[in-house]
Amino acid sequence: MSKTHVTTTINGEPAEFLAEAGLTLLDALRDEVGLTGTKEGCGSGDCGACSVIVDGRLVCSCLMLAVEAEGSTIETIEGVATGDTLHPLQRKFIEYAALQCGFCTPGFLVAAKSLLEKNNNPTETEVRFWLAGNLCRCTGYDKIVRAVMDAAAEMRGA
Amino acid sequence: MSGLSYTAPSTISEAVALLANEAGLAKVMSGGTDLLVQMKIGRLKPSLIVDTKKIPGMIGIREIGGCFVIGAATSGALMGEHAGLVAAWPGVVEATNLIGSTQVQGRASLAGNLCNASPGADSPPAMIAAGAIAVIAGPNGTREVPVEAIVTAPGRTSLGKGEFITEFRLPKKAARSGDAYLRFIPRTEMDIAVVGCGIAVTLDAAGVCVAAKVSLGAVAPTQLVVAGAAAALIGNKLTDAVLAKLDAECQAVCKPINDKRGTIEYRTKVAGVLARRVAAIAFQRAGA
Amino acid sequence: MTYIGNKSDLRVVGTRPDRPDGVDKVTGRAIYGADFRLAGQLVGRILRSPHAHAKIIKIDTSKARALPGVKAVMTAQDMPNITSEESFVGEGPTNFRDQSLNVMARDKVLYEGHAVAAVAAMSPSIAEAALALIEVTYEVLPHVIDVEEAMAPGAPILDETLFTAGVDPKPTTPSNIAKKIILKSGDIDAGFAKADIIAEGRYVTAAVHQAYIEPHACVATIGADGQATVYASSQGHFMIRAFCAKLLGMEISNIRVIPLEIGGGFGGKTIVYLEPVALTLSKMAGKPVKLVMTREEVFRASGPTSGAVVEVKMGAMKDGTIVAAQAVLKYQAGAFPGSPVQPGLMCAFAMYDIPNVHLTGYDVISNRAKVAAYRAPGAPISSYAAEQVVDDLARQLGMDAITIREKNAAKAGTKTVYGVTFPEIGYEAVLAAAKSHAHWKAPLGKNQGRGIATGFWFNIGGESSASVFVNEDGSVSVVSGSPDIGGSRASMAMMAAEVLGIPVANVRPIIGDTASIGFTNVTGGSRVTYATGMATVQATEKVIEQLKQRAAMIWDISPDAVDWKDGQAVPAGANAGGFDPLSLAAIAAKAGKTGGPIGSEVSVNAQGAGPGFGAHICDVEVDRETGQTTILRYTAIQDVGRAIHPSYVEGQIQGGAVQGIGWALNEEYIYDAKGKMDNAGFLDYRVPVASDLPMIEAVLVEVPNTRHPFGVRGVGEVPIVPPMAAIGNAVRDAIGIRMHSLPMSPPKVRKALDSGQG
Repeated sequence: MSKTHVTTTINGEPAEFLAEAGLTLLDALRDEVGLTGTKEGCGSGDCGACSVIVDGRLVCSCLMLAVEAEGSTIETIEGVATGDTLHPLQRKFIEYAALQCGFCTPGFLVAAKSLLEKNNNPTETEVRFWLAGNLCRCTGYDKIVRAVMDAAAEMRGA
Repeated sequence: MSGLSYTAPSTISEAVALLANEAGLAKVMSGGTDLLVQMKIGRLKPSLIVDTKKIPGMIGIREIGGCFVIGAATSGALMGEHAGLVAAWPGVVEATNLIGSTQVQGRASLAGNLCNASPGADSPPAMIAAGAIAVIAGPNGTREVPVEAIVTAPGRTSLGKGEFITEFRLPKKAARSGDAYLRFIPRTEMDIAVVGCGIAVTLDAAGVCVAAKVSLGAVAPTQLVVAGAAAALIGNKLTDAVLAKLDAECQAVCKPINDKRGTIEYRTKVAGVLARRVAAIAFQRAGA
Repeated sequence: MTYIGNKSDLRVVGTRPDRPDGVDKVTGRAIYGADFRLAGQLVGRILRSPHAHAKIIKIDTSKARALPGVKAVMTAQDMPNITSEESFVGEGPTNFRDQSLNVMARDKVLYEGHAVAAVAAMSPSIAEAALALIEVTYEVLPHVIDVEEAMAPGAPILDETLFTAGVDPKPTTPSNIAKKIILKSGDIDAGFAKADIIAEGRYVTAAVHQAYIEPHACVATIGADGQATVYASSQGHFMIRAFCAKLLGMEISNIRVIPLEIGGGFGGKTIVYLEPVALTLSKMAGKPVKLVMTREEVFRASGPTSGAVVEVKMGAMKDGTIVAAQAVLKYQAGAFPGSPVQPGLMCAFAMYDIPNVHLTGYDVISNRAKVAAYRAPGAPISSYAAEQVVDDLARQLGMDAITIREKNAAKAGTKTVYGVTFPEIGYEAVLAAAKSHAHWKAPLGKNQGRGIATGFWFNIGGESSASVFVNEDGSVSVVSGSPDIGGSRASMAMMAAEVLGIPVANVRPIIGDTASIGFTNVTGGSRVTYATGMATVQATEKVIEQLKQRAAMIWDISPDAVDWKDGQAVPAGANAGGFDPLSLAAIAAKAGKTGGPIGSEVSVNAQGAGPGFGAHICDVEVDRETGQTTILRYTAIQDVGRAIHPSYVEGQIQGGAVQGIGWALNEEYIYDAKGKMDNAGFLDYRVPVASDLPMIEAVLVEVPNTRHPFGVRGVGEVPIVPPMAAIGNAVRDAIGIRMHSLPMSPPKVRKALDSGQG
């Protein structure tokens, strides 16, 4: 089957890959580009584990075709930290024990980063509704919400 | 997914030709949030996907003399970011911008939500109540139809081969008018509507309803326009008696099914409940 | 030795350091099951039954085998046909024959989603095309889904060789009731005769799934010499090794299982589904094979916990003394025997000292996926019923719901119905903390209600191994055999650091594979911090003995004259000599000259796990028009023994409570008329989302377990026991109607409000 050559920018670096028409962006990231930090929890847009930011917009990478990403700028969990310096959200997730198994964590971090870029002072309710598409089965969300709120506070202060 | 092709034409006529000439199943894609799921579970096996997002005008909102033209592939998130649209048609924006998660809201489009033809779709009742018109491009040119004329049955639309929706038009908001949409879901997010209700009303200076349109979702094979419910509102203020009549009119037209999301009995009752709550919001927005 | 003593003497235990695997998990570096790949690996896929119950007449794989790019096609014929053998692997009793038949159906499919064949191919699309080419001829049989229908005479029989165990005389006709169990104490009739009031109820629960976010995944490779390696995310790599060896007729030493990070399990990853299939395919293809379940497969083919029918009757005297308690538990086991009805029976009334108890349990098979362990297996179901009946007793007596529990509370010396006499336990302390919590007295608004319920779990010990090494530079490595599912690396490092008297940052904890650490049972049953923690502490103590000996050699004094203090060797007293302290680094630097590398491994079979108790207080508001229940406030109080890392202890409690909230309000397996699961995805299997919930306040009560060096009890299981009853009691308080089935979904609540009956 013929594949399409797709040129993108991923985490600030040019990235190219070949994609069959039906390949999802999630599978392309994981299997073609080798970025396995983005997870598949459901493949149907119901769990948010595959969250990435495409051209500034938070999306489920399982609900987007890889070929659609031609010319796009993509941010994944692997690009959230700057070199060795963790993003405040990443630090706060560790500090607050906002992860247990850690499988949903990349999706939560990417989604929360997208929230804070739009709203640097979200209420608890806003955080909860923004993150409603990210399922966590371990934590009951309490520590996740606190970590996001505190990261926002720190970023506002900085 | 073998034998699948993808193409992203840059003009409407190119898209129409691709859709019209495909021997197998051609599917229009905008946000893809329903299409990809249907493909994954094997319910749809298209041979061609025509991505309309590269066509100028398919994404975006234009205000023309108080009317709104919304590109068919526009997402709920974009609509929510358009202050003018939010001010004029808050019910339409709310209905579109609560589809799925934040992640889905950035992709799922008005046209996709409509043409997926699910009885539980959120945006159609609000669009119908608002009097939205769909502009359809096809091999024989363009035509305009009310949104309620698009879906004919679950999974089926009135669009012919080669046709697709290019834009939606919302009328100029009348003075002292308001619209609203509510749905009932078991959780607070992430569910398909068990019942959805969109209402748009116009009041006179005394606060009496002079025009109304009521639409219900998820209580019949297609979205319903509830004329009796509108009639219950017109000529009245929102008294308890009027609300009771509205509730009863809505319940009377429901023809839902029992399924994993709700029972016939429950959907019918909640249709009435939602209608009352939605009417209260719409009246309040209209200045009552 | 014990370190319980005075909590303020502890420097590391009880603090909240960053977890050692935190950076990997917030940056996407951590490798979970589906993230791992081997060069040349093939893609595996499993063909599953579309029928709930059918005979397999024929499987024709020839077309699939002929498809270019297909490297192996297997059916149950490619696995040994093993005989019935009961064993205890993972988190519960198992029968290897049943386990084999669950991994791959042989003569019959017993539930929709039951595996019937598998392929390994060069690409996903080829593998999927190959599945479509496998022709299975079925003879569809009548099916049965409901537990009571499965028990009824004339029900479709799943297994003609199954006769109900535990009844006398031995039955002569086969049945779907695999086992009947009776537990009793005292004289139940005399107890009820003494009672002034009786409360009773029949409660129904739905099957619910653990719903871990990571689907099952593994990569398996086996060489021509029969040496196999399996890379998998699971709750126990030794469990995987044991199952694969037994199911495939291999020697244990020929299988090495490397644990990958695990994305949640909650009991559901204590058995195998994929690994024996991947190994068989790898052997046939001569290449590594990767198998990853879809979410749909997870729901249809991996184990939820039982749905059940539970009937409870309790009698009390006017002063609130409970004098009799009776229950009948009918638990779905899924397609093969082995529901958690036994622990359900044991836990139902374990919070109370009741003189007359009579419990009857039925383990019932039906055409559903075989159940797997789920957090405190069995206990939430029986407690859901029992704790609402206790609430009804309190209501009848006009007594505070905590007071009636205090009056009947189990305490040290209380003998349970299953024969164990409780040691020091914290149930009374938990109740006292609940009663004094501001939540219990806070005002409520219209359509709001408050409920409390309590719960018990045994907590378990068992086999665990840990190694502690002092590296050449004085840093410390701790290796254990317990997969880290929720932060146990942190607690292992903290306990080792505390014992050694060094900063926790100097200790690096890792999970050893099956060839690099001694046997360790699964991460489950709230056993890891207890049992593996005990092994870690003992190994650390042995290392300290070695360190003292090395210091003694360096100083040329007797080892008895060396003390270990604040992470250093010091002379035991003035008589020992005037030496400067020797740090770990200083001793490690001279290890080569004092006897070689310093390290120790300890394997234990830990006994004396401390029983755990919790009490949950919940406020709800019910929308009387839609029937929707909103959780307004939630407080979970639990005796944790001692919290090693309080944040992760709180996290266990919060997470368990929220799983219980989902169980109570919206989660359920829904079947259609053909016996097929109708909601096999996160869209309609409705786990709680962030916007559904308030903050969950976790209150830690610490009544140390004297059998553990730091006083640890388990914490992970207890918090899922009380929520369903706590919410049921709150809904009862809000609407005046007792709901009798789970989930308390909006349509059910609205119906109850309309009819006046729940």
